[in-house]
Amino acid sequence: MKHLLDTTTLDREQAVRLLDTAAEFSGVANRSMPKLPTLRGVTMVNLFFEDSTRTRLSFEAAAKRLSADVMTFQVQGSSVSKGESLKDTAQTVEAMGADIIVMRHPASGAAHRLAHSGWVEASIVNAGDGTHQHPTQALLDAATLRHRLSQDSRGGDLSGLHVAIVGDIAHSRVARSNVSLLTTLGARVSVVGPAELMPTGVEDWPVEVRSDLDSVIEDAPDALMMLRIQRERIKGEHQPASGDYVRNFCLTRDRANRLPSHSLVMHPGPMNRGVEIASDVADSPRSVVLEQVRQGVAVRMAVLFDLWGGEK
Amino acid sequence: MTSYLIQGASLLGAKAADLGVLGGAFVDATKVAGLKKTRVIDATGLVALPGLVDLHTHVRQPGGEQAETVRTGSRAAALGGYTAVHAMANTSPVSDTAELVSAVARWGAEAGYVEVRPVGAVTKGLEGQELAPLGAMARSAAQVRVFSDDGKCVHDSSLMRRALQQARSLDAVIAQHAQDPGLTEGAQMNDGPLAAALGLAGWPAVAEESIIARDVLLAESVGARLHVCHVSTAGSIEVIRWAKARGISVTAEVTPHHLLLTEELVSTFDPLFKVNPPLRRQEDVLALREAVVSGVIDIVATDHAPHPSEVKDCSFPEGAFGMLGLETALPVVLSTLVNPGMVSLKDVARFMSTTPAAIGRLEGYSSPFALGEPAHITLVDPTTEASEPRGSLSHNNPYRGRDLEGRVVHTMYRGDLTVTDGELVERPEVNA
Repeated sequence: MKHLLDTTTLDREQAVRLLDTAAEFSGVANRSMPKLPTLRGVTMVNLFFEDSTRTRLSFEAAAKRLSADVMTFQVQGSSVSKGESLKDTAQTVEAMGADIIVMRHPASGAAHRLAHSGWVEASIVNAGDGTHQHPTQALLDAATLRHRLSQDSRGGDLSGLHVAIVGDIAHSRVARSNVSLLTTLGARVSVVGPAELMPTGVEDWPVEVRSDLDSVIEDAPDALMMLRIQRERIKGEHQPASGDYVRNFCLTRDRANRLPSHSLVMHPGPMNRGVEIASDVADSPRSVVLEQVRQGVAVRMAVLFDLWGGEK
Repeated sequence: MTSYLIQGASLLGAKAADLGVLGGAFVDATKVAGLKKTRVIDATGLVALPGLVDLHTHVRQPGGEQAETVRTGSRAAALGGYTAVHAMANTSPVSDTAELVSAVARWGAEAGYVEVRPVGAVTKGLEGQELAPLGAMARSAAQVRVFSDDGKCVHDSSLMRRALQQARSLDAVIAQHAQDPGLTEGAQMNDGPLAAALGLAGWPAVAEESIIARDVLLAESVGARLHVCHVSTAGSIEVIRWAKARGISVTAEVTPHHLLLTEELVSTFDPLFKVNPPLRRQEDVLALREAVVSGVIDIVATDHAPHPSEVKDCSFPEGAFGMLGLETALPVVLSTLVNPGMVSLKDVARFMSTTPAAIGRLEGYSSPFALGEPAHITLVDPTTEASEPRGSLSHNNPYRGRDLEGRVVHTMYRGDLTVTDGELVERPEVNA
């Protein structure tokens, strides 16, 4: 691939290949010298128009393990209307030698725009754009699910697994990315949340739409993916009352105890403990939050490797 | 005094005839045929339309001269076959005083390509708080007859009612930009499954339809004229149809882009396709075309909205709303409505010239080509490939790369050619 902009354009074969490469690379981290020479001489720039220390560090770790040079350009302030434009900033970092630009931007579609505008030649990796997509998050979630729940995982997909995504689906780029990737990989996906946090037209998505978390738990899902409410992205006066939300959608210990023993609890972070997930559930053995972080580095190594392989 | 003999033009698509022009007005062709100085224009194969009238143009002056001036907007208008435009009030400062609207009219007269009719703001500063001095603008040199806060909706019902009452006493019309602000906070594109998939905040159709429904009732209650700007949804058409059937004095416009382009273009995330109201679904496009045919929509108006490249060379949410329209309006109408046989050229004359002039109380357009009337003519080749827009200072043309039919060959404004053989006639720049 030339760019990774969203998960809707990944087919099953490409997605499985990325997961297989990630599985290879996850072994590297355990070596005494966790580094491969693969991307020596390649420069990756983290271009972040929105704060996200964890995603930025994960890409940085991935690039360094592949011996790429890493530069970081953190644009201060969250207002999209102030300061240097996307075009000027991207051309500036490319002039500094960027071969791959990893971009986080508050505007939906910003990575697409950069990739298709003709402003730069570099490969673009979308590290989150507004409420649109966050493809490497979905890949790391898929890698975690496959690693933990599939027996002979290499070359395989997620057929037979039931994953429930719970919370603010309307404003979540993680949900959008996961719905398309997990269904491409054969999983059954449910989205669970209050009606006002469901996107328009969700009934046409390839998912089950549910509003009762307890009944979803009775269906014994293989994994629950808990999302936070994106309060900063909700316009107008439609913030759900937090008491109601916690009562209906928080993954409490009681709810977690009703899950089958093998079921995983996932969260893309940062967690709001006590809102969408109870603290003791987040720290329980079924929580794979830290596994997700580890898979994140491996998956991002796989993406960078694939982009560069595609260039040759 | 220049005289012209226009030979062999098909008048409104009917049989070929000769037109005589003398002293800025139509005269019998035989009267100029013998004059030595008469310039003969061979219009064989061309269609003669009355000069087009745009009820909805943004010329950006004062305050936005990087994007467009009255002069460059007038040149774009002439190239598009227009002889009159209505310049919207959302300039900086806002055109909300007698002095400012008079200045805009004067700049238009100095440029001399088209008649520039200023639209006055309904509320001071377009702020929706306090009525602007409508009477003073109506009585000024600019003789304003159209008032609009376009770009913003006159949202307060009591203010809208008082505006309609005043407009009634001035024989003016309130042109409403129908958009409920509470339903469109941060909205980027048509609300629906595509907006949800793209993660862009949606703009529900009801935000437009509910305001139109309120406004037609307000217009009825005070007996005033209402004009609805840029209708974009199938539902709005139903509301307007109902209002007209009830005898309410309402007129409605559609833009060329809403007759052709759909929300699918937003999938490119290119702000070239960002416009207010947003591009809608194919069902809406088809319903709007039908409404032009049935007459529920009275006119086509461009909403020509030039923008400098820096507010389009950016991500979609950061981009400005608006697209160019003056030079492509007639080609879009020819390509989508006339050439497929949905409307006649006579209809085009009605909805792009006679009716918009009547809504704006603009004289000289009621009987096209009638002897003694001002000579405003557009000579167009309806099936040749359209020219690329080149009159505007800005480049946000959403039809780039599309094949449109209809080439404006000559435009005549008050008996003077402003465009001939597809090229602008250069007029001296007057230093104001």
